Amino acid sequence: MWAIVAAALLGAGAGVLAGLFGVGGGVLFVPTLTLVLGLSQIHAEATSLLAILPTAAIGVWRQRRYGNVRWRAALILGIAAIAGVEGGVQIAEQLPQDVLRRLFGALMLLVAAQVAFRALRKPAYSSEP
Amino acid sequence: MLRLVLIGLLAGFFSALFGVGGGIVVVPLLLLVAHYSERPAMATSLAAVLVISIAGAATYAFHGEVKLGAAAIVGLPAMAGAVAGTALQQRLANRTLSLAFAALLTALGVRLLV
Repeated sequence: MWAIVAAALLGAGAGVLAGLFGVGGGVLFVPTLTLVLGLSQIHAEATSLLAILPTAAIGVWRQRRYGNVRWRAALILGIAAIAGVEGGVQIAEQLPQDVLRRLFGALMLLVAAQVAFRALRKPAYSSEP
Repeated sequence: MLRLVLIGLLAGFFSALFGVGGGIVVVPLLLLVAHYSERPAMATSLAAVLVISIAGAATYAFHGEVKLGAAAIVGLPAMAGAVAGTALQQRLANRTLSLAFAALLTALGVRLLV
């Protein structure tokens, strides 16, 4: 019972992250499903994808009302990403995962610094596109 | 157009390799490479994530690996959370959004590194 309550609360948190930052929420869904609800990694990843669907749908519905969604760009990004997944799966089987994972982690730190730097350089309430 | 295709390809590629969601890759690239402002970048990324998750969930559903009950336990509260998250986003300054997102990226980067 407590596991379900905890999972629901973490799910709500994942939804806030999804709506706030435009990420799917899988960042929190997958660990919640494995650690709190005891799903295996493969089941958790599949189930997370299903949970992301209504979360993203309702977030997009709200964002449409706020006028923030660029539909054509979103469609191009989404379709290209589906193609990219195929490539990633092929490569994942051939390269040393551990090294790659660390490289990607380091890259994310670099990107985080760039995003922060860009934000600090611009005026706080800029509304340029 | 070409930029968006490349960003999408990269997002799909990295999400398959490391199990990070596409949005984690799409948002910073829309900000830094396509020069989107914070709110359009994050809203457009969420719409792209929706497209990706439709394809992904459909694929997995055929394999029978989706646990419907568990998906509902986390997914239904997440829908309410997404409404709150998007509302909160409209009230925050661009700078705050970027810095908070950078913090999320940092946390994920550290998790991948160690």
